[in-house]
Amino acid sequence: MYQFNFAPVFNALDMLLVGVWYTIQMSVAAMSLGLVVSLVGAALKTSGPRPLRFCVDIYVELIRNTPFLVQIFFIFFGLPALGIRLSPNTTALLALTINFGAYGTEIIRAGIKSISKGQIEAAQAIGLSWLQVLRYVVIKPALRAVYPALTSQFIFLMLGSSVVSAISATDLTAAANDLNSLTFASFEVYLVTTVIYLALSILFSTIFAGIGRLCFAYPVNR
Amino acid sequence: MIREFGADEVIYIVFALRWTIALSLIAFVGGAVGGLAIALMRVSRLGVARLFAVGFIRVFQGTPLLMQLFIVYFGLNIIGLPTNAWLAAAVALALHAAAFLGEIWRGSIQAVPSGQGEAADALAYGYVTRMKDVILPQAARIAAAPTTGFLVQLIKSTSLASIIGFTELTRAGQIISNATFKPFLVISLVAVLYFLLCWPLSLAARRLETRFDRIAAR
Repeated sequence: MYQFNFAPVFNALDMLLVGVWYTIQMSVAAMSLGLVVSLVGAALKTSGPRPLRFCVDIYVELIRNTPFLVQIFFIFFGLPALGIRLSPNTTALLALTINFGAYGTEIIRAGIKSISKGQIEAAQAIGLSWLQVLRYVVIKPALRAVYPALTSQFIFLMLGSSVVSAISATDLTAAANDLNSLTFASFEVYLVTTVIYLALSILFSTIFAGIGRLCFAYPVNR
Repeated sequence: MIREFGADEVIYIVFALRWTIALSLIAFVGGAVGGLAIALMRVSRLGVARLFAVGFIRVFQGTPLLMQLFIVYFGLNIIGLPTNAWLAAAVALALHAAAFLGEIWRGSIQAVPSGQGEAADALAYGYVTRMKDVILPQAARIAAAPTTGFLVQLIKSTSLASIIGFTELTRAGQIISNATFKPFLVISLVAVLYFLLCWPLSLAARRLETRFDRIAAR
Protein backbone atom coordinates (compact mmCIF):
# COMPACT_ATOMS: atom_id res chain seq x y z
CA MET A 1 0.00 0.00 0.00
CA TYR A 2 1.32 3.43 -0.94
CA GLN A 3 2.17 5.73 1.96
CA PHE A 4 1.27 9.32 1.17
CA ASN A 5 3.83 11.75 2.44
CA PHE A 6 2.79 15.38 2.22
CA ALA A 7 5.18 16.64 4.92
CA PRO A 8 8.10 17.53 2.60
CA VAL A 9 5.69 19.38 0.29
CA PHE A 10 4.17 21.48 3.05
CA ASN A 11 7.61 22.16 4.54
CA ALA A 12 8.68 23.68 1.22
CA LEU A 13 5.41 25.45 0.51
CA ASP A 14 7.20 28.82 0.27
CA MET A 15 8.99 27.47 -2.82
CA LEU A 16 5.64 26.87 -4.49
CA LEU A 17 4.31 30.24 -3.35
CA VAL A 18 7.23 31.99 -5.07
CA GLY A 19 6.21 30.05 -8.18
CA VAL A 20 2.61 31.24 -7.75
CA TRP A 21 3.81 34.84 -7.74
CA TYR A 22 5.82 34.27 -10.95
CA THR A 23 2.82 32.64 -12.63
CA ILE A 24 0.53 35.54 -11.67
CA GLN A 25 3.05 38.15 -12.83
CA MET A 26 3.69 36.40 -16.12
CA SER A 27 -0.01 35.81 -16.82
CA VAL A 28 -1.04 39.38 -16.07
CA ALA A 29 1.85 40.81 -18.09
CA ALA A 30 1.11 38.51 -21.05
CA MET A 31 -2.58 39.38 -20.92
CA SER A 32 -1.89 43.13 -20.85
CA LEU A 33 0.51 42.94 -23.78
CA GLY A 34 -1.76 40.43 -25.52
CA LEU A 35 -4.72 42.81 -25.21
CA VAL A 36 -2.72 45.50 -27.04
CA VAL A 37 -1.91 42.99 -29.79
CA SER A 38 -5.60 41.97 -29.90
CA LEU A 39 -6.83 45.56 -30.19
CA VAL A 40 -4.40 46.32 -33.01
CA GLY A 41 -5.23 43.00 -34.69
CA ALA A 42 -8.99 43.55 -34.42
CA ALA A 43 -8.72 47.15 -35.66
CA LEU A 44 -6.64 46.08 -38.67
CA LYS A 45 -8.98 43.15 -39.32
CA THR A 46 -12.12 45.30 -39.35
CA SER A 47 -10.92 48.50 -41.03
CA GLY A 48 -7.34 48.01 -42.22
CA PRO A 49 -6.18 47.82 -45.84
CA ARG A 50 -6.61 44.47 -47.58
CA PRO A 51 -2.99 43.21 -47.42
CA LEU A 52 -2.82 43.93 -43.68
CA ARG A 53 -6.15 42.19 -43.09
CA PHE A 54 -4.70 39.19 -44.88
CA CYS A 55 -1.61 39.27 -42.63
CA VAL A 56 -3.79 39.35 -39.50
CA ASP A 57 -5.72 36.36 -40.89
CA ILE A 58 -2.53 34.39 -41.38
CA TYR A 59 -1.30 35.28 -37.88
CA VAL A 60 -4.57 34.25 -36.23
CA GLU A 61 -4.91 30.99 -38.20
CA LEU A 62 -1.27 29.97 -37.70
CA ILE A 63 -1.39 30.49 -33.95
CA ARG A 64 -4.81 28.95 -33.43
CA ASN A 65 -3.99 25.81 -35.39
CA THR A 66 -0.63 24.89 -33.86
CA PRO A 67 0.10 23.77 -30.27
CA PHE A 68 1.37 26.34 -27.78
CA LEU A 69 4.24 24.00 -26.86
CA VAL A 70 5.45 24.00 -30.48
CA GLN A 71 5.21 27.80 -30.57
CA ILE A 72 7.44 28.06 -27.49
CA PHE A 73 9.93 25.56 -28.92
CA PHE A 74 9.99 27.51 -32.17
CA ILE A 75 10.85 30.77 -30.41
CA PHE A 76 13.28 29.22 -27.92
CA PHE A 77 15.10 26.62 -30.06
CA GLY A 78 14.25 27.68 -33.61
CA LEU A 79 14.83 31.43 -33.64
CA PRO A 80 18.49 31.29 -32.47
CA ALA A 81 19.20 29.90 -35.96
CA LEU A 82 18.20 33.36 -37.22
CA GLY A 83 20.36 35.01 -34.58
CA ILE A 84 17.48 35.81 -32.21
CA ARG A 85 18.40 34.41 -28.80
CA LEU A 86 15.97 35.00 -25.93
CA SER A 87 16.05 33.96 -22.27
CA PRO A 88 13.50 31.34 -21.13
CA ASN A 89 11.41 33.94 -19.28
CA THR A 90 11.38 36.39 -22.20
CA THR A 91 10.45 33.53 -24.52
CA ALA A 92 7.62 32.52 -22.21
CA LEU A 93 6.23 36.06 -22.04
CA LEU A 94 6.56 36.55 -25.80
CA ALA A 95 4.94 33.21 -26.64
CA LEU A 96 2.04 33.77 -24.22
CA THR A 97 1.50 37.28 -25.61
CA ILE A 98 1.50 36.12 -29.23
CA ASN A 99 -0.83 33.25 -28.36
CA PHE A 100 -3.28 35.41 -26.38
CA GLY A 101 -3.13 38.04 -29.14
CA ALA A 102 -4.45 35.62 -31.75
CA TYR A 103 -7.44 34.50 -29.67
CA GLY A 104 -8.04 38.04 -28.40
CA THR A 105 -8.09 39.43 -31.95
CA GLU A 106 -10.94 37.08 -32.84
CA ILE A 107 -12.85 37.85 -29.61
CA ILE A 108 -12.60 41.64 -29.97
CA ARG A 109 -13.39 41.54 -33.70
CA ALA A 110 -16.61 39.69 -32.85
CA GLY A 111 -17.33 42.34 -30.19
CA ILE A 112 -16.93 45.18 -32.68
CA LYS A 113 -19.14 43.35 -35.15
CA SER A 114 -21.86 43.00 -32.52
CA ILE A 115 -22.58 46.75 -32.49
CA SER A 116 -25.09 47.54 -35.18
CA LYS A 117 -25.03 50.77 -37.17
CA GLY A 118 -28.65 51.45 -36.26
CA GLN A 119 -27.71 51.84 -32.59
CA ILE A 120 -25.19 54.55 -33.42
CA GLU A 121 -27.61 56.34 -35.74
CA ALA A 122 -30.33 56.18 -33.09
CA ALA A 123 -27.96 57.66 -30.50
CA GLN A 124 -27.08 60.50 -32.88
CA ALA A 125 -30.75 61.05 -33.64
CA ILE A 126 -31.60 61.65 -29.97
CA GLY A 127 -28.82 64.22 -29.81
CA LEU A 128 -25.92 62.51 -28.05
CA SER A 129 -22.53 64.08 -28.71
CA TRP A 130 -19.98 61.93 -30.55
CA LEU A 131 -18.10 61.39 -27.30
CA GLN A 132 -21.26 60.13 -25.62
CA VAL A 133 -22.01 57.91 -28.61
CA LEU A 134 -18.50 56.49 -28.47
CA ARG A 135 -18.65 55.94 -24.72
CA TYR A 136 -22.16 54.65 -24.14
CA VAL A 137 -23.14 53.13 -27.47
CA VAL A 138 -19.88 51.78 -28.88
CA ILE A 139 -17.26 51.11 -26.22
CA LYS A 140 -19.35 50.01 -23.26
CA PRO A 141 -21.59 47.53 -25.11
CA ALA A 142 -18.58 46.20 -27.05
CA LEU A 143 -16.64 45.64 -23.81
CA ARG A 144 -19.70 44.04 -22.25
CA ALA A 145 -19.98 41.70 -25.23
CA VAL A 146 -16.33 40.58 -25.17
CA TYR A 147 -15.73 40.65 -21.40
CA PRO A 148 -16.79 37.06 -20.53
CA ALA A 149 -14.83 35.56 -23.45
CA LEU A 150 -11.74 37.62 -22.63
CA THR A 151 -11.77 36.64 -18.96
CA SER A 152 -12.11 32.94 -19.70
CA GLN A 153 -9.31 33.33 -22.24
CA PHE A 154 -7.21 34.80 -19.43
CA ILE A 155 -7.90 31.74 -17.25
CA PHE A 156 -6.84 29.51 -20.18
CA LEU A 157 -3.70 31.63 -20.54
CA MET A 158 -2.84 31.22 -16.86
CA LEU A 159 -3.42 27.46 -16.93
CA GLY A 160 -1.60 27.14 -20.26
CA SER A 161 1.37 29.04 -18.86
CA SER A 162 2.31 25.87 -16.93
CA VAL A 163 3.73 24.65 -20.26
CA VAL A 164 6.51 27.26 -20.15
CA SER A 165 8.24 25.07 -17.56
CA ALA A 166 9.21 22.88 -20.54
CA ILE A 167 11.88 25.45 -21.49
CA SER A 168 12.69 25.95 -17.76
CA ALA A 169 11.14 29.40 -17.48
CA THR A 170 10.31 30.19 -13.84
CA ASP A 171 6.68 29.65 -12.87
CA LEU A 172 4.57 27.53 -10.52
CA THR A 173 5.06 24.32 -12.51
CA ALA A 174 8.82 24.88 -12.67
CA ALA A 175 8.84 25.38 -8.89
CA ALA A 176 6.90 22.11 -8.58
CA ASN A 177 9.45 20.36 -10.82
CA ASP A 178 12.30 21.65 -8.61
CA LEU A 179 10.49 20.53 -5.47
CA ASN A 180 9.86 17.14 -7.08
CA SER A 181 13.54 16.57 -7.75
CA LEU A 182 14.35 17.56 -4.15
CA THR A 183 11.75 15.38 -2.44
CA PHE A 184 10.85 12.63 -4.98
CA ALA A 185 7.30 12.85 -3.63
CA SER A 186 6.03 13.30 -7.21
CA PHE A 187 2.35 12.57 -6.74
CA GLU A 188 2.05 14.71 -3.62
CA VAL A 189 3.96 17.63 -5.15
CA TYR A 190 1.83 17.73 -8.30
CA LEU A 191 -1.41 17.17 -6.40
CA VAL A 192 -0.73 20.18 -4.17
CA THR A 193 0.34 22.21 -7.22
CA THR A 194 -2.87 21.28 -9.02
CA VAL A 195 -4.93 22.39 -6.03
CA ILE A 196 -3.05 25.72 -6.06
CA TYR A 197 -3.83 26.18 -9.77
CA LEU A 198 -7.50 25.38 -9.08
CA ALA A 199 -7.55 27.98 -6.28
CA LEU A 200 -5.93 30.51 -8.63
CA SER A 201 -8.48 29.96 -11.37
CA ILE A 202 -11.40 30.16 -8.92
CA LEU A 203 -9.87 33.32 -7.39
CA PHE A 204 -9.45 35.01 -10.77
CA SER A 205 -12.87 34.05 -12.09
CA THR A 206 -14.45 35.40 -8.88
CA ILE A 207 -12.53 38.69 -9.21
CA PHE A 208 -13.48 39.00 -12.89
CA ALA A 209 -17.14 38.23 -12.14
CA GLY A 210 -17.11 40.96 -9.48
CA ILE A 211 -15.55 43.49 -11.84
CA GLY A 212 -18.05 42.49 -14.49
CA ARG A 213 -20.99 43.10 -12.18
CA LEU A 214 -19.58 46.46 -11.09
CA CYS A 215 -18.76 47.79 -14.55
CA PHE A 216 -21.06 46.12 -17.03
CA ALA A 217 -24.38 45.58 -15.27
CA TYR A 218 -27.37 46.94 -17.15
CA PRO A 219 -29.09 49.73 -15.15
CA VAL A 220 -32.41 47.87 -15.46
CA ASN A 221 -31.02 44.98 -13.44
CA ARG A 222 -30.72 47.06 -10.30
CA MET B 1 28.44 12.77 -34.94
CA ILE B 2 25.77 15.11 -36.20
CA ARG B 3 23.12 13.53 -38.38
CA GLU B 4 22.01 15.12 -41.62
CA PHE B 5 18.44 16.35 -41.83
CA GLY B 6 17.49 14.18 -44.81
CA ALA B 7 14.58 12.16 -46.16
CA ASP B 8 14.77 9.57 -43.36
CA GLU B 9 14.42 12.24 -40.70
CA VAL B 10 11.49 13.88 -42.50
CA ILE B 11 9.79 10.49 -42.84
CA TYR B 12 10.36 9.75 -39.14
CA ILE B 13 8.62 12.99 -38.17
CA VAL B 14 5.77 12.63 -40.66
CA PHE B 15 5.15 9.07 -39.47
CA ALA B 16 5.06 10.25 -35.85
CA LEU B 17 1.82 11.98 -36.89
CA ARG B 18 0.11 8.60 -36.56
CA TRP B 19 0.74 8.60 -32.80
CA THR B 20 -0.66 12.12 -32.51
CA ILE B 21 -3.73 11.05 -34.49
CA ALA B 22 -4.12 7.80 -32.53
CA LEU B 23 -3.85 9.57 -29.18
CA SER B 24 -6.32 12.26 -30.33
CA LEU B 25 -8.81 9.61 -31.45
CA ILE B 26 -8.54 7.60 -28.24
CA ALA B 27 -8.91 10.73 -26.13
CA PHE B 28 -11.84 11.90 -28.25
CA VAL B 29 -13.70 8.58 -28.11
CA GLY B 30 -13.04 8.19 -24.37
CA GLY B 31 -13.94 11.83 -23.84
CA ALA B 32 -17.14 11.46 -25.85
CA VAL B 33 -18.36 8.56 -23.71
CA GLY B 34 -17.41 10.36 -20.49
CA GLY B 35 -18.64 13.70 -21.82
CA LEU B 36 -22.08 12.31 -22.64
CA ALA B 37 -22.35 10.90 -19.12
CA ILE B 38 -21.22 14.21 -17.61
CA ALA B 39 -23.62 16.22 -19.80
CA LEU B 40 -26.58 13.98 -18.88
CA MET B 41 -25.67 14.21 -15.19
CA ARG B 42 -25.33 17.97 -15.49
CA VAL B 43 -28.95 18.31 -16.74
CA SER B 44 -30.27 15.49 -14.54
CA ARG B 45 -33.17 15.95 -12.14
CA LEU B 46 -31.00 14.33 -9.43
CA GLY B 47 -29.18 16.92 -7.32
CA VAL B 48 -26.28 14.59 -6.49
CA ALA B 49 -25.59 13.85 -10.16
CA ARG B 50 -25.66 17.56 -11.03
CA LEU B 51 -23.27 18.35 -8.18
CA PHE B 52 -20.82 15.65 -9.28
CA ALA B 53 -20.89 16.86 -12.89
CA VAL B 54 -20.36 20.50 -11.88
CA GLY B 55 -17.44 19.51 -9.64
CA PHE B 56 -15.85 17.35 -12.35
CA ILE B 57 -16.10 20.13 -14.94
CA ARG B 58 -14.80 22.78 -12.48
CA VAL B 59 -11.75 20.72 -11.53
CA PHE B 60 -10.75 19.74 -15.06
CA GLN B 61 -11.40 23.16 -16.57
CA GLY B 62 -9.74 24.93 -13.64
CA THR B 63 -6.42 23.10 -13.62
CA PRO B 64 -3.67 22.87 -16.25
CA LEU B 65 -3.73 19.83 -18.55
CA LEU B 66 -0.02 19.38 -17.80
CA MET B 67 -0.82 18.89 -14.09
CA GLN B 68 -3.58 16.42 -14.99
CA LEU B 69 -1.05 14.46 -17.07
CA PHE B 70 1.48 14.45 -14.21
CA ILE B 71 -1.09 13.34 -11.63
CA VAL B 72 -2.36 10.47 -13.77
CA TYR B 73 1.22 9.53 -14.73
CA PHE B 74 2.43 9.33 -11.12
CA GLY B 75 -0.96 8.19 -9.84
CA LEU B 76 -0.96 5.01 -11.99
CA ASN B 77 1.91 3.78 -9.87
CA ILE B 78 -0.04 4.38 -6.68
CA ILE B 79 -3.01 2.30 -7.72
CA GLY B 80 -0.60 -0.50 -8.67
CA LEU B 81 -0.42 -0.10 -12.45
CA PRO B 82 2.94 0.19 -14.23
CA THR B 83 4.02 3.75 -15.07
CA ASN B 84 3.30 4.01 -18.76
CA ALA B 85 3.29 7.21 -20.81
CA TRP B 86 0.79 5.79 -23.36
CA LEU B 87 -1.77 4.84 -20.73
CA ALA B 88 -1.27 8.01 -18.68
CA ALA B 89 -1.64 10.28 -21.73
CA ALA B 90 -4.72 8.44 -22.97
CA VAL B 91 -6.46 8.47 -19.57
CA ALA B 92 -5.59 12.09 -18.73
CA LEU B 93 -6.60 13.42 -22.15
CA ALA B 94 -9.85 11.41 -22.12
CA LEU B 95 -10.78 12.81 -18.69
CA HIS B 96 -9.84 16.31 -19.86
CA ALA B 97 -11.95 15.89 -23.01
CA ALA B 98 -14.87 14.49 -20.97
CA ALA B 99 -15.02 17.70 -18.92
CA PHE B 100 -14.92 20.02 -21.94
CA LEU B 101 -17.29 17.95 -24.10
CA GLY B 102 -19.59 17.53 -21.09
CA GLU B 103 -19.84 21.31 -20.75
CA ILE B 104 -20.30 21.85 -24.51
CA TRP B 105 -23.00 19.19 -24.73
CA ARG B 106 -24.74 20.42 -21.58
CA GLY B 107 -25.17 23.74 -23.38
CA SER B 108 -26.43 22.00 -26.52
CA ILE B 109 -28.97 19.93 -24.58
CA GLN B 110 -30.25 23.02 -22.78
CA ALA B 111 -30.47 24.88 -26.10
CA VAL B 112 -33.11 22.44 -27.33
CA PRO B 113 -36.46 24.22 -26.79
CA SER B 114 -37.99 23.04 -23.51
CA GLY B 115 -41.30 22.31 -25.28
CA GLN B 116 -39.61 19.29 -26.88
CA GLY B 117 -38.91 17.66 -23.51
CA GLU B 118 -42.38 18.59 -22.25
CA ALA B 119 -43.96 17.08 -25.36
CA ALA B 120 -42.02 13.87 -24.75
CA ASP B 121 -43.24 13.85 -21.15
CA ALA B 122 -46.80 14.46 -22.32
CA LEU B 123 -46.53 11.42 -24.60
CA ALA B 124 -45.43 9.44 -21.52
CA TYR B 125 -42.02 8.64 -23.02
CA GLY B 126 -39.54 7.20 -20.55
CA TYR B 127 -36.18 8.86 -19.83
CA VAL B 128 -34.27 6.80 -22.42
CA THR B 129 -36.72 7.44 -25.25
CA ARG B 130 -37.03 11.11 -24.36
CA MET B 131 -33.25 11.58 -24.49
CA LYS B 132 -32.35 9.19 -27.30
CA ASP B 133 -35.16 9.96 -29.74
CA VAL B 134 -36.21 13.52 -28.90
CA ILE B 135 -33.57 15.64 -27.14
CA LEU B 136 -30.16 14.28 -28.15
CA PRO B 137 -30.70 14.20 -31.95
CA GLN B 138 -31.63 17.89 -31.85
CA ALA B 139 -28.80 18.72 -29.43
CA ALA B 140 -26.33 16.92 -31.72
CA ARG B 141 -26.98 19.41 -34.52
CA ILE B 142 -26.32 22.32 -32.17
CA ALA B 143 -23.20 20.60 -30.81
CA ALA B 144 -21.57 19.77 -34.17
CA ALA B 145 -19.65 23.04 -34.63
CA PRO B 146 -18.29 23.51 -31.08
CA THR B 147 -17.40 19.79 -30.89
CA THR B 148 -15.33 20.05 -34.06
CA GLY B 149 -13.70 23.16 -32.62
CA PHE B 150 -12.84 21.27 -29.47
CA LEU B 151 -11.31 18.44 -31.51
CA VAL B 152 -8.77 20.97 -32.83
CA GLN B 153 -7.97 21.97 -29.25
CA LEU B 154 -7.61 18.30 -28.29
CA ILE B 155 -5.21 17.53 -31.14
CA LYS B 156 -3.05 20.47 -30.08
CA SER B 157 -3.24 19.30 -26.45
CA THR B 158 -1.76 15.91 -27.32
CA SER B 159 1.56 17.74 -27.78
CA LEU B 160 1.80 17.95 -23.98
CA ALA B 161 2.08 14.15 -23.85
CA SER B 162 5.64 14.68 -25.13
CA ILE B 163 6.53 16.19 -21.73
CA ILE B 164 5.79 12.89 -19.94
CA GLY B 165 7.83 11.09 -22.60
CA PHE B 166 5.21 9.85 -25.05
CA THR B 167 6.71 9.91 -28.54
CA GLU B 168 4.21 11.69 -30.74
CA LEU B 169 4.78 14.45 -33.28
CA THR B 170 6.29 17.06 -30.93
CA ARG B 171 8.60 14.54 -29.21
CA ALA B 172 9.69 13.09 -32.56
CA GLY B 173 10.56 16.63 -33.63
CA GLN B 174 12.63 17.16 -30.47
CA ILE B 175 14.49 13.90 -31.00
CA ILE B 176 15.37 14.75 -34.59
CA SER B 177 16.17 18.33 -33.66
CA ASN B 178 18.64 17.16 -31.01
CA ALA B 179 20.28 14.71 -33.40
CA THR B 180 20.57 17.01 -36.42
CA PHE B 181 21.03 20.43 -34.77
CA LYS B 182 18.51 21.89 -37.22
CA PRO B 183 15.86 23.10 -34.74
CA PHE B 184 14.52 25.85 -37.00
CA LEU B 185 13.76 23.47 -39.88
CA VAL B 186 12.54 20.63 -37.71
CA ILE B 187 10.20 22.67 -35.51
CA SER B 188 8.84 24.48 -38.57
CA LEU B 189 8.05 21.10 -40.14
CA VAL B 190 6.33 19.95 -36.94
CA ALA B 191 4.28 23.17 -36.83
CA VAL B 192 3.29 22.77 -40.50
CA LEU B 193 2.14 19.20 -39.87
CA TYR B 194 -0.01 20.27 -36.91
CA PHE B 195 -1.41 23.09 -39.04
CA LEU B 196 -2.30 20.72 -41.88
CA LEU B 197 -4.09 18.49 -39.38
CA CYS B 198 -5.95 21.24 -37.51
CA TRP B 199 -6.76 23.86 -40.14
CA PRO B 200 -9.23 21.78 -42.20
CA LEU B 201 -11.06 20.95 -38.96
CA SER B 202 -11.15 24.63 -37.98
CA LEU B 203 -12.59 25.49 -41.40
CA ALA B 204 -15.15 22.71 -41.05
CA ALA B 205 -16.13 24.01 -37.60
CA ARG B 206 -16.64 27.50 -39.03
CA ARG B 207 -18.71 26.18 -41.93
CA LEU B 208 -20.88 24.11 -39.61
CA GLU B 209 -21.40 27.21 -37.48
CA THR B 210 -22.51 29.48 -40.33
CA ARG B 211 -24.74 26.73 -41.71
CA PHE B 212 -26.31 26.27 -38.29
CA ASP B 213 -26.82 30.03 -37.90
CA ARG B 214 -28.60 30.11 -41.26
CA ILE B 215 -30.92 27.26 -40.26
CA ALA B 216 -31.55 28.81 -36.84
CA ALA B 217 -32.33 32.21 -38.41
CA ARG B 218 -35.05 30.73 -40.64
